[in-house]
Amino acid sequence: MSDLFENYATDMAVAAAYDEMFTADQRVRPGYDQVGGVLDDLSLSDVNTRADSMARSFLDRGVTFDFAGEERPFPLDIVPRVITAGEWDVIERGVKQRVRALECFLDDVYGEQRVVADGIVPKALITSSAHFHRAVWGFRPAGGVRIHVAGIDVIRDQAGVFRVLEDNVRVPSGVSYVIENRRAMTKGLPEAFMSQPIRAVEAYPRHLYKALRATAPEAAEDPTVVVLTPGVFNSAYFEHTLLAGLMGVELVEGRDLVVRGDKVYMRTTDGEQRVDVIYKRIDDEFVDPLHFRSDSALGCSGLVNAARAGNVTIANAIGNGVADDKLTYSYVPDLIRYYLDEEPVLPNVDTYRLEEDEARAWVLEHLDELVVKPVDGSGGKGLVIGPQATEAELEELRAKVLADPRGWIAQPVLQLSTVPTFAEGEFSPRHVDLRPFAVNSGDEVYVLPGGLTRVAMQKGSLIVNSSQGGGSKDTWVLGQPQTQDLDPGQAPPPDVDSSVHTWPVSASWQDEGDSGQQQQQQQQQQQQQQDVARPGASGTTAAPTAASTTASTTATRTGEGPTC
Amino acid sequence: MLSRIAESLFWIGRYVERADGVARILDVHLERITQLPVGEQEAEVRRIMAVMGVEPGDGDYSVRSMIHELAWNKDCLTSISGSLHAARENARRARETVSSAMWESLNSTYYGLGQHRRDVVGTFRVCHWTIERMATVRGQIQMTMSHDESWMFLSLGAAIERADMTSRLLWTRSTSTSGMSWVSILHCAGGYEAFLRTRYGTFSDESATEFLLLDRLFPRSILHALTTAEEILVGLEPGLQRVGFKDDARRIIGEARTSLEFHHALDLIAVLPEHLNNVQAACANASEAVSSKYFSHAVEASWFGGML
Repeated sequence: MSDLFENYATDMAVAAAYDEMFTADQRVRPGYDQVGGVLDDLSLSDVNTRADSMARSFLDRGVTFDFAGEERPFPLDIVPRVITAGEWDVIERGVKQRVRALECFLDDVYGEQRVVADGIVPKALITSSAHFHRAVWGFRPAGGVRIHVAGIDVIRDQAGVFRVLEDNVRVPSGVSYVIENRRAMTKGLPEAFMSQPIRAVEAYPRHLYKALRATAPEAAEDPTVVVLTPGVFNSAYFEHTLLAGLMGVELVEGRDLVVRGDKVYMRTTDGEQRVDVIYKRIDDEFVDPLHFRSDSALGCSGLVNAARAGNVTIANAIGNGVADDKLTYSYVPDLIRYYLDEEPVLPNVDTYRLEEDEARAWVLEHLDELVVKPVDGSGGKGLVIGPQATEAELEELRAKVLADPRGWIAQPVLQLSTVPTFAEGEFSPRHVDLRPFAVNSGDEVYVLPGGLTRVAMQKGSLIVNSSQGGGSKDTWVLGQPQTQDLDPGQAPPPDVDSSVHTWPVSASWQDEGDSGQQQQQQQQQQQQQQDVARPGASGTTAAPTAASTTASTTATRTGEGPTC
Repeated sequence: MLSRIAESLFWIGRYVERADGVARILDVHLERITQLPVGEQEAEVRRIMAVMGVEPGDGDYSVRSMIHELAWNKDCLTSISGSLHAARENARRARETVSSAMWESLNSTYYGLGQHRRDVVGTFRVCHWTIERMATVRGQIQMTMSHDESWMFLSLGAAIERADMTSRLLWTRSTSTSGMSWVSILHCAGGYEAFLRTRYGTFSDESATEFLLLDRLFPRSILHALTTAEEILVGLEPGLQRVGFKDDARRIIGEARTSLEFHHALDLIAVLPEHLNNVQAACANASEAVSSKYFSHAVEASWFGGML
């Protein structure tokens, strides 16, 4: 291993986690040999230069996230995270299974609630969820799908087992970085792409567009899809523009929309145009001031009624938050068994429900060993890692938990797996998670090969959120490209035309054997020679000699040109 | 397309053209003014800043403040920096509509601005650099975007701004007292060689003014810019109308163009100020008319339960 890996073994021992590239005895795991070979050949200055040029291209392309009002390039590490075909198969099946189960759950929650009647989950789980919206109870959305896009966060524990950490079925973001990371990496580490097949990620927008159209209200013959963004100051604005751009649809803000007679229109230069599908990238609370926060300036009045009337598809459906509530998470394995009659492919992380007296009592005694999370938080907000918290923070947490046990869950501290990451002039293990993205068209669930690997850039840190100093890695799923990686329904490429193509060229200055032209050229040069020679008459002889030599050499060269 | 996006595109077109135009004007006048004796500089600075419609923040008319207001003041939408910033912000808001190549060239220009020195020499350099970068942006607009409605709004903004810029350029010459050479004015408009090839180097006030005001073939002449704007307005709303007009912007631009194109004057120089005033007024009014016709904001009653 190169110098850049000098301290890796020591750091690995400190991290005490599953390292995805090296085994405990420092052998490279299968899948990483190619990447390892390429990294070995790089010097520190190579890596620095490449990392700089990747960051520069992100800034130029505007691949940024908004941090405290400032656009920052999203840090991309030069070492990719590799997932073998076998490992990916498990993740893909697990993600699909979870999305299907949660879809059934949501349909049930906003309908008959059989799941409560059958005693699988307590009624209070649903009614006490901050994201259960009565305004959307009692109707199936047009198109029949509620989770069009899901991001299921997966981590790898000390034993190397993939586990689901949380589900995101409201507004999962980050897919744009998957697409941009791949683009940057093909230029930043091209050697590693050679001679090993890596599944492509570029088909995502097409799958998304297909799914959105497929779930349009039936009445729409040629459905118009739009992406609804909160606006340019949103931290994920870049993603909204990228997705709208790659799908070729309009990116609208709430003020561009208007609802008349339970139908949604957008204001265009040609007047108002009907909208059939809205890919909603704003939080439920802001979507419709009629039903939710009345002070919202981001949404559009009447959207909920339009959805209820079946005149517009909102993706993801309003009210999905009840399914990615962290307390619901603890029931998902049961939900999979209940709705699908299958065993979960991907296990959960052990979770303590703090509403249960016994569990709460135990957790409160062991706060300093556990991770405690608010059930409706995202982006790592409010999360407390016991072993790293101060006594005062723990006391504060204890009070909060006692005040609102429904609002919190506890999990053991997981040493997320590590992957070599370039930091402080060397490769060093850093903790990572993975967010695979799934797109559900109702008929099938497509999982984007790979997904977003987020990495905690701080040594030892377990927090991977970009808002808290996290970066990302390109995620490579090894394996032959599959039809779904490309365009749905793409024809095989035609044979390359083997006939010789010639370029028409302007021939006036290089015609072979045109003696007339050669002559003209020589005359021109002699002319020039004389011109230069003239001042020579007044004393300096060196200049004209030099000039004439040059001129004749050029003439000879030109004469030779066509023959070689 | 969305009205909001159309508006952004229109302003991208204007700001790109403005950055380019201001860079050209600043370049040529900065060179001239720095060669003047210090005592004469203030009056010239004052005049140029008045023509460009800016005032020094501290009331001090010096070369330094001219450079600041026309090149570096990001809050001033007439400066190079301010125009680039505004163009880039508008592009950021219309990013899914513009091509990524065009966005990237604008975005990297915006970031590149910070790498220049802000003294006189650095400002010469930045003027040159801006002109070059804007040529790249224009090239990307031409070749990576469909010439559809979105392109039309971009080009409309550019054409209107260009007419306005050339009229300001002519103002800076026509009010000059200190023998401003036509060579530098024509260089400034990028039309020196083009002029030489049509007028065989006869530099009279008459011929040069005529070239920048009335030439039908030179793209930066006012007449050419107005004609282009008019063509785009027709493209935006085609269809035969037997009598009258529906489109205010087209009427305004059309009036301005015809009064230039078909005005017969024995002494062009004498009527130049009147022409320039008309052109600038037409540009401002047309911009407003386009805005109220195509970019109408939702002023109608929207329901807000809470307070705004």
